[in-house]
Formats: sequence, C-alpha cells, structure tokens
Amino acid sequence: MHPTTSAVTLAVAVFLASAVESVEALTIIVAAGVSRGWRSALTGMAAALGALVVLVAALGPALVYLVPVNVLRAVVGALLLVFGLQWLRKAVLRAVGLKAKHDEDAIFKQHVDALTLSERPEPADRGRVDATGFVVAFKGTFLEGLEVVIIVLGLGGGDHQLGLASAAAGTAMLVVAGVGVVVARQLAGVPENAMKTVVGLMLTSFGTFWAGEGLGVRWPGSDLAILVLVGGYAFVTWALVVLARPSPSPVSSEQARA
Amino acid sequence: MRWLKAFGAFWWDFLVGDTPELLIGVLVAIGLVALLVKASSLNGAAVAVFPAAVVLLLGGSVYQARRAKH
Repeated sequence: MHPTTSAVTLAVAVFLASAVESVEALTIIVAAGVSRGWRSALTGMAAALGALVVLVAALGPALVYLVPVNVLRAVVGALLLVFGLQWLRKAVLRAVGLKAKHDEDAIFKQHVDALTLSERPEPADRGRVDATGFVVAFKGTFLEGLEVVIIVLGLGGGDHQLGLASAAAGTAMLVVAGVGVVVARQLAGVPENAMKTVVGLMLTSFGTFWAGEGLGVRWPGSDLAILVLVGGYAFVTWALVVLARPSPSPVSSEQARA
Repeated sequence: MRWLKAFGAFWWDFLVGDTPELLIGVLVAIGLVALLVKASSLNGAAVAVFPAAVVLLLGGSVYQARRAKH
C-alpha cells in the first residue's frame, strides 16, 4: 500500500475509535456536570486526562523504543484483535436486535437519575468539589480514555506513526467536545453502531495484520493485505448480520396476513 | 493483596469482560500461526489460517450469544 494510503487508513481508524469513546465519556461528564455541578465534573475530567497523559508518557516511549518491534506487533496485534472482535460482536448483536442499541440519551438519564438520588452538596459547599461528581467524571473519562490510549499505542506504535495516531485521537476528542458544547445533550444523534462496526473492522484487520507480521507471516502484497482483510471481514460481518437475524415467528406471519 | 486482586479484576474486566472465548481463541490462533510460521514452507497456510480462525471466532461467539438469548 502507498505510505499515504496506509497513513490515511490508520488516521481514520484512530479518529473513529476515539470519537466513539469520546462520545461515551462526554455523556458521563455532562451527566455529572448537570446533576453534581460543572466544577466537580470538569475537575474529574481534567484529573483523568492528566493521569492518562502520565500513563502515555511513561509507557509510550518504553513500548515503542525498548520492546523489539516484532514482539510489540504480536502483542499489540493480539490486543487489537481482541478489542476489534469484541466491537464487531457487539455491532452484529445490536444490528440483529439481540443487544440493546447504545442509547446515549438513556445512559445520560440513567446517570443523572443515579447522581440526583445521592446526597447533593449543601449550597454553602457549592464552591467546593463534590466527591461523587468528581469520581464519576474521573472514572468515565479514564476508562474510555484508556481504550483510546491502547488504540493509539496499538495502531500508532505498531506502524511507527505514534504522532499521527495521537493527532487523530486529539482531533476526534476536540470535535466531539465541540459538538457536545453545541448540541449539549443530543448525543443520541451520533450513528454509534455504524461507527463501531467500522472501527471493529479496522481494529480486527490491523490486529490480524500486525499479530501476523510480529509472528513472521509474510502477507502477500505487504500492506495491501490490510485492505483485503477489511473487505473480507466486512463481508463476513454482513453475512453474520443476515444469518443471525431472528426469523419472524409464525404468529407474526399470520398477523401480517390478517 | 486486596489491591492486587482489584487491579487484576479491573484489567480482566477491561480486556476480557463477558467474552473470555475471544481472548482464549485469539491466543490459540496466534499459537497455531506461530507453529505454522516456524516451518517456513507453511507461510501460505498461515496467511489463510489466521483470518479463517478470526472469522470462526467471531461467528462462534455470535452463535453462542444468539443461542443464549433463545
């Protein structure tokens, strides 16, 4: 594959994955902000981002420069493969109705309800950081951010494109944050399942490719094999959605005739 | 000790969750591919076996989830 094509594929994969994770984190942060105060939510988010930066600064260079490239590719490929398969499985199950769609509005309401029920800070304490709001925002940002870190280190580190992968992830976060500010709570409008399917395909394809390279597999066509893998896995995912779709029950068929 | 247990549980839940079959399957597939690659003449087999194993894993996991729901 032409280096530019490879870089664009990688940047798109990281951007989409980071955007999906950012939407999930934003839902939790906005819920914490609305119900427990913005000061606590934003402090929690900032602390989590700080912790993630420390983690990347500590692990990133060590992973990329100290670990032999083939070992890194095999381990990172395996990790991406597990993540990608999990995302694809969920996407297929959601597409055929065996798993509830990720409804950001419902999740937002659930978080707000839970946070409103717990003891609210006294008006005199409003200037102080509320522990519940802080912890919820910290946990949401850290967990979703950790997935972004693994994807950035995995996709970027495996191909020595850490800078490009970080830039794509940062751009996705800024875009989601910007859109979040504009549309506030209307996060349900994001076509999350379609995005998750694409990301799942990318992670699974890159994971297969790099784990194979790390183990010493010589892929025909070199980097072009990634595109073949994406196409093949896309076809299989589509076939699984068709095959796993529940057949209509006899009762509903009769009802349809009536 | 409790901290270590909680740390392990966090990572298990984060990486594996409710689909241990995917992690185990990926490790088995990687082991198989490593064995094929060791015999250099079997590179072609490794190229075919690895994606096929991934497809089987995904299909098996979806089938298992479908059966559990019915």
